[in-house]
Amino acid sequence: MRKVSASPHVHSPMDIRKSMLFVIIALLPSSIWGVYAFGLRALLVLLVSIAASVLTEFLLGRIDKKNTLGDLSAVVTGLLIGMNMPPQIPLYIPVIASFFAILVVKWTFGGLGCNWMNPALAGRVFVFFSFSSAMSSFSAPRALAADALASATPLGAVKTAIAGGMTGLDYEGVLNQLGHTSTAFAQSLGSTLGISPYTVDAFIGNVGGCIGEVSSLLLLVGGIFLIASRVITWHIPVVYLGSFAILSWVFGGVRAGLGLFNGEVLMPLFTGGLFLGAFFMATDWVTTPTTKRGEVIFALGCGFFTFLIRYFGSLPEGVSLAIILMNILTPTIDRYVRPKKFGYVKPVKEARK
Amino acid sequence: MMRMSTFKRGGVHPNDKKELSKGKAIERLPLPGLLTVSMSQHLGAPAKALKKKGDAVVMGEKIGEASSFVSADVHSPVTGTVADVVPVRLASGAVSEALVIKPDDIQPEMFNTIHDWRAMSPEDLLALVKDMGIVGMGGATFPTHVKLAVNGKKVDALVINGVECEPYLTSDYRSMIERADETLEGIMVLARILSPGRIIIGIEANKMDAVSYLSSKVREKGYPIQVMPLKMKYPQGDEKQLLKATIDREVPSGALPIDIGAVVCNIGTCYAIYEAAVHHKPLIERVVTVSGEGIKEPRNILAPIGARVADLIAFCGGYSVEEPDRLVSGGPMMGFAFADEDTPIVKGTSGILALIDEPLNEGVCVSCGKCVAHCPMGLMPNRMFRNIKNGRYQEALDLGLLDCKECGCCAYICPAHLPLVQGFKLGKKMSRRRA
Repeated sequence: MRKVSASPHVHSPMDIRKSMLFVIIALLPSSIWGVYAFGLRALLVLLVSIAASVLTEFLLGRIDKKNTLGDLSAVVTGLLIGMNMPPQIPLYIPVIASFFAILVVKWTFGGLGCNWMNPALAGRVFVFFSFSSAMSSFSAPRALAADALASATPLGAVKTAIAGGMTGLDYEGVLNQLGHTSTAFAQSLGSTLGISPYTVDAFIGNVGGCIGEVSSLLLLVGGIFLIASRVITWHIPVVYLGSFAILSWVFGGVRAGLGLFNGEVLMPLFTGGLFLGAFFMATDWVTTPTTKRGEVIFALGCGFFTFLIRYFGSLPEGVSLAIILMNILTPTIDRYVRPKKFGYVKPVKEARK
Repeated sequence: MMRMSTFKRGGVHPNDKKELSKGKAIERLPLPGLLTVSMSQHLGAPAKALKKKGDAVVMGEKIGEASSFVSADVHSPVTGTVADVVPVRLASGAVSEALVIKPDDIQPEMFNTIHDWRAMSPEDLLALVKDMGIVGMGGATFPTHVKLAVNGKKVDALVINGVECEPYLTSDYRSMIERADETLEGIMVLARILSPGRIIIGIEANKMDAVSYLSSKVREKGYPIQVMPLKMKYPQGDEKQLLKATIDREVPSGALPIDIGAVVCNIGTCYAIYEAAVHHKPLIERVVTVSGEGIKEPRNILAPIGARVADLIAFCGGYSVEEPDRLVSGGPMMGFAFADEDTPIVKGTSGILALIDEPLNEGVCVSCGKCVAHCPMGLMPNRMFRNIKNGRYQEALDLGLLDCKECGCCAYICPAHLPLVQGFKLGKKMSRRRA
């Protein structure tokens, strides 16, 4: 059959399914590291999360008599939820998170493309406030398994200590005081580079935390892959991480009594799921602005609120809430921020007579 | 490597597929048995047919007369007899009157005389361009004499369009390589009509051999022409993007290039102007690239106006598959898909493509913003499309629907493969109807 349709007659090979597949591929290194660091239990959590998401999507599709599994978005949501779970989490919690993400956040508003909040983040935040203690108890990574204290995330430990009155110390000082340890590799690399071994461990992923968030290095690799394959652009991750880093540097030392322009930069960047958020959650197509300028505003907001919640809020981590807050503001950004149209150069004002 | 310029905002990089026909020299199509010459081969009012069934015609004789200011004459491509006058459907879908001409067995040798155009005044040359029925051959087919009648406005820059940014097409490329002397002389004819401040030929970087060849020719002849290589990006061949890339000026919304002191002319048109000025030969044939994965032997064919698509495809050895998925007149980004192989070649037919479709996964809009990022006009295709789908034509117009030139960047890049351009064509039609 010869087909007749409107132009164009060629299309970019990149479609939604392929883009989602690329996101999954980009998430794999960090996920695999999580399974290596925290054991097979972590793999179980990931698989259960994915299965719960996909099953929910499938069952809801049955009601509407359509099958939307092919776009792979439910797999991405499930995988992200699993990566945002502590390794020892009771399995019903990721199931509830997945169910909430797909049913309440995604399908209630019409399915893929219609939700106004990142489903995976919404699912995570929902169970975080529902099961706070289970969501806040972490286990130590393989490399630090002998260290009892390593089961707390460094970010949480430092925040608690500073709130408790331990001032005048940087992160390394606080963690040393608390009796944290680091790997031998991090110590040697850290002394060569002149940075704290805790920072090195946090970058590599030898740190307590959620399954998929600990290795900033591998998340960075995945993020660069996504940018190189043009699924996302650099704007949101770079502006998000950059604005957060600057705020941390300028104001981050204030609460610890170190004064302005003396805040810790690298350690806060590498912990608390910031790389996972900046590269994979804040870049969600559906829930972020459609213009590049809008994306920059969105990312600045993410950086600002992450900083605000982390340093002045009651929670140690602020990435999820900051992104969700900016998701809510996205329609407003999209309403007012428009691209500059071609051929609308402002006419030169004529001189007054 | 020198730094090459391009237009700033938006654009896409489709696979250019030019290797299929790039190396094929221009070949003349054997004279077909019948020619269907449409009276509507240009933008504007159709020409009025001057011949009726049974009349004899001579090659180059005027057989259709421009019926209004924006219109163009049509000439007979052969010597022969008018066999019939019929309505014909063109690739664009428009139906027009056409003369079906049966060529004589023996065709005369014509248009070999050399005339001295340098002795003619700019006004006489402009009149000659009109009399020879020349239209823009890049595809838009705007009557050239109307474009060149600048009414005393000063022309800072004459920009020659050798970009050929549509994938597959190589007719302009072959012309630049094989007809360089003639094309450059045609540009000098244009320069005499317009007296421009400067002359630039813009050529994309996938044709660097044409850039260096034309540069050497320009030096050899001492013409005041700058050959400018441009970084590859679609739709650089659009005159607005080309002017941004070459002289860094933006044509204001709703205005014409002449309003910013520029005139843009396609390479093929320059060759036609050469033939008109030097040989007084009307526009009765053109180079057509016949290509695509569905064509057995892609070629660049010099075909008379009015030849049927089937004639050209047969000359290329037919299809490489039993039935290609689509036939396209023009390039794959902005060309028209058509069904009938009896469709005639017109003055604007830069290419005939037989394409094999890749399977497409259609989806829903996920607000990825790629259409916005890639729109060369700085529009928001996602939002215009949503408004049009819901019948809110005024909102789409407010968002700049009329600035959309249907270049197809948005629909090309859309990961959901939404029919955005189709929506905009519909939106324009509906809002015109309601106005």
